[in-house]
Amino acid sequence: MEYVIEMLNITKDFPGIRANDNVTLQVKKGEIHALLGENGAGKSTLMSILFGLYQPNDGMIKVRGEEVQIRNPNDANDLHIGMVHQHFKLVHNFTVAENIVLGKEDVKNGFLKMDKAIERIKNLSEQYNFNIDPNAIISDITVGMQQRVEILKMLYRDAEIMIFDEPTAVLTPQEIEELMKIMKAMAKEGKSIILITHKLKEIKAVADRCSVLRKGKYIGTVNVNETTVEQMAEMMVGRKVLFNVVKGEIELGDSVLKVEDLNMHNKDGKQVLKDVSFEVKAGEILCVAGIEGNGQTHLVEAITGLNPHYTGKIYIHNKEITHENIRQRTLSGMGHIPEDRHKHGLVLDYTLAENMILQSYFDKEFQNYGFLKFDAISEHTNDLIQRFDIRSGRGEKTVARSMSGGNQQKAIVAREFDRNPDLMIAVQPTRGLDVGAIEYIHKQLVGLRDQNKAILLISLELDEVMSVSDRIVVMYEGELVANVYPENVTENELGLYMSGSKRGEV
Amino acid sequence: MSDKNNIFKPAKNIWNKGMNRLGKFSKTDAGESILSSILAIIAGVMFGFLLMLIFVPSDAFGGLWIIISGAFQKGNESFGNFLMYAAPIIVTGLSVGFAFKTGLFNIGATGQFTVGAFAAVFVGVRWTFLPDGMHWMVAVLAAIFAGAVWGLIPGLLKAFFNVHEVVSTIMLNYTAMYLVILGVKTYVYNSLYSESASVVSEAVIPKMGLNLIFPDSSINGGFFLAVLAVIVIYIVLKKTTFGYQLKAVGYNKDAAKYAGVNEKISTVYSMTIAGALSGLAGAIVFLTKAGAHISTTYSLMSQGFDGIAVALLGLSHPLGILASGLFFGYIKNSGFYLQSLSFSKEVIGIIVATIIYFSALSMLFRNLVKKIFAKHVEDVKGDDQ
Repeated sequence: MEYVIEMLNITKDFPGIRANDNVTLQVKKGEIHALLGENGAGKSTLMSILFGLYQPNDGMIKVRGEEVQIRNPNDANDLHIGMVHQHFKLVHNFTVAENIVLGKEDVKNGFLKMDKAIERIKNLSEQYNFNIDPNAIISDITVGMQQRVEILKMLYRDAEIMIFDEPTAVLTPQEIEELMKIMKAMAKEGKSIILITHKLKEIKAVADRCSVLRKGKYIGTVNVNETTVEQMAEMMVGRKVLFNVVKGEIELGDSVLKVEDLNMHNKDGKQVLKDVSFEVKAGEILCVAGIEGNGQTHLVEAITGLNPHYTGKIYIHNKEITHENIRQRTLSGMGHIPEDRHKHGLVLDYTLAENMILQSYFDKEFQNYGFLKFDAISEHTNDLIQRFDIRSGRGEKTVARSMSGGNQQKAIVAREFDRNPDLMIAVQPTRGLDVGAIEYIHKQLVGLRDQNKAILLISLELDEVMSVSDRIVVMYEGELVANVYPENVTENELGLYMSGSKRGEV
Repeated sequence: MSDKNNIFKPAKNIWNKGMNRLGKFSKTDAGESILSSILAIIAGVMFGFLLMLIFVPSDAFGGLWIIISGAFQKGNESFGNFLMYAAPIIVTGLSVGFAFKTGLFNIGATGQFTVGAFAAVFVGVRWTFLPDGMHWMVAVLAAIFAGAVWGLIPGLLKAFFNVHEVVSTIMLNYTAMYLVILGVKTYVYNSLYSESASVVSEAVIPKMGLNLIFPDSSINGGFFLAVLAVIVIYIVLKKTTFGYQLKAVGYNKDAAKYAGVNEKISTVYSMTIAGALSGLAGAIVFLTKAGAHISTTYSLMSQGFDGIAVALLGLSHPLGILASGLFFGYIKNSGFYLQSLSFSKEVIGIIVATIIYFSALSMLFRNLVKKIFAKHVEDVKGDDQ
């Protein structure tokens, strides 16, 4: 059988990381081909190469049997390759039709001619049951409809090969179902579809074949109807835990954090937290596992007070803090290693020393009648630099922006651990770090637990979830769908919970 | 040939050493800022010179000399006047720069300046019941208060209703102008000249000894108030937890929020302080004997907008603002003496404005500084080998 797309032995390096390592992807005409992998496995990089956004360091791309160079998205367009990005690229105050023709307008004497375009869009819309009004303004239509506009954009440009980058992330279940119908209809018409996802359920429902990437490497390609969801999960997650975290037995103490019936809606009115209840006790590492975007961020925002728009109750040491502000929560013994170290964790234009007092500059230790005590701050910072081995060009005077990501993270970890909180909320504390730093942070977390502190760990990495936690709850679409112990659960099973294929007792 | 080389060698060595030192200086953050600002100023003056060449070629060189030597044209009088011109724009520059450091763009310095001016004049003209020694102080405080209120409004709008401060401050500039003209006409009007009445002499800011140094100038203690404001703002931003909070919000609102700083209240504080500073500038200009009066023509006062340029040129750093404010005062004062040549008043205005605004483009010169000195440091290395 002839392949319409062949990406052979593709390698792509970014500074400090090999995003794609000798990856091969072969797509047949008229098939829906899923590209499966965890976060950071290199799926998006591979597709960006196919769409001309990146150039590979090594490897060859063949389209319809001929070797091609795709230098930019225009080249991709000429080869009839189209892409629907995860974040839509639409002009919000333009109409549907205007967005679709943008860059390919019919012009007569300098004036736009929309009649033909609108006619064609109507035909395409009918052909695939899009049910879309070419004259509607983008900002007035739903996210699902906006996605159809993106698809129409590709169809209007006669795309034969369509790339969908995590298309279901922003959709409601019903919209997902309709999208799948559309994809199947397009495949029937002879279009080839590449679907980037880490949701196994969707692959099972719609794809013909599935290629798996893990940590930048190509694992294999399987026929979806001959493969179980469990088998694909194993391919995605890979072998057992990379390194074991040494952990002793410890007696659980009193309740440190208790959350009752948390509910939250985002700005678009979508429910992002659904009746979330759990408890973390002293001496326990509770891990919230789940695929990115299933409500973990919102959960943390609620507990830390960053987003106070929720209903439900939150207790620390059985004292209700539901209505307390961020500062009060911090002072009641909460440490927080935030998900986004640049957005929340650091003031990048402050020096390391200034960042080290971000949570305690108002403390008597560092100020006197409102004046900062620079000697004390400097001493404190140097102490942390020593203890936590934070490396930087100019010591305490280094501007945080100029530090490496790993050391920035270490600085945050040092600051939060040093405050010796009773509850540590660590959100993806090892994201983007090398193996050594990961091990180090895991050790710190376990050390804190051994001092009878409570830890709430939010992680996307199954390895981390399995090796560090004492107990695991799984979040899926804003709900806790499982409450398990790492010794009684396999990674495959966790993967099933995370992708919504299975539900357990909470 | 070799003789010639020998003659120039010492000079060349000195030049190289000097440039090398400047090159090293340009490697530091402060050095890079200062050098690029100076380069921008030189470019601005050259551009002004070019304009003079176009308008009145015969007077161009004389004009250039006056611009360069402006403050020394008439001994202590011109030098005192230069400081007098500089004082209010240092303070409005501080107002804009302070807001900028804390993440806000205060286009409203003009409006805050205007209401401050009115409050000062109102107290200065009407509240004659105040004891002599206190009158000017109360007038200054009234100006600070009025400016603070005019800054508080956009601060509240931004913090609680998410109205962008650029929009609200621009609109408040006009509101201030119309209100103040109405106020002047109602309470402190001198209908003969259609402007505000003169403040009583007790309300004039005292000379604070400056009259001893500059006996012929009309400078008063307003300059000291400006310097005091610079020092206070410097200390607040550099040394206090309050400044630490405000700057954290300015640099990274999300991180400040994470640290438990109430970023809304912080915004309100920043705008209020910025407004208070501009209000103070209003008092400095209008509590003088020199006959400064609030005009009832419908135009915005320029000192507030000068503040934006001063803050830009001074890179929002209090000491930088002091320096750039002095430069602005110097150029404005020089412009005054340009009248002795055959330049028309409008041309002088254009020349002064050109120099000033060209100078505010110091960011453009940053890369140039890097290039010039990077090359030179290499040259010197080559010589050594």
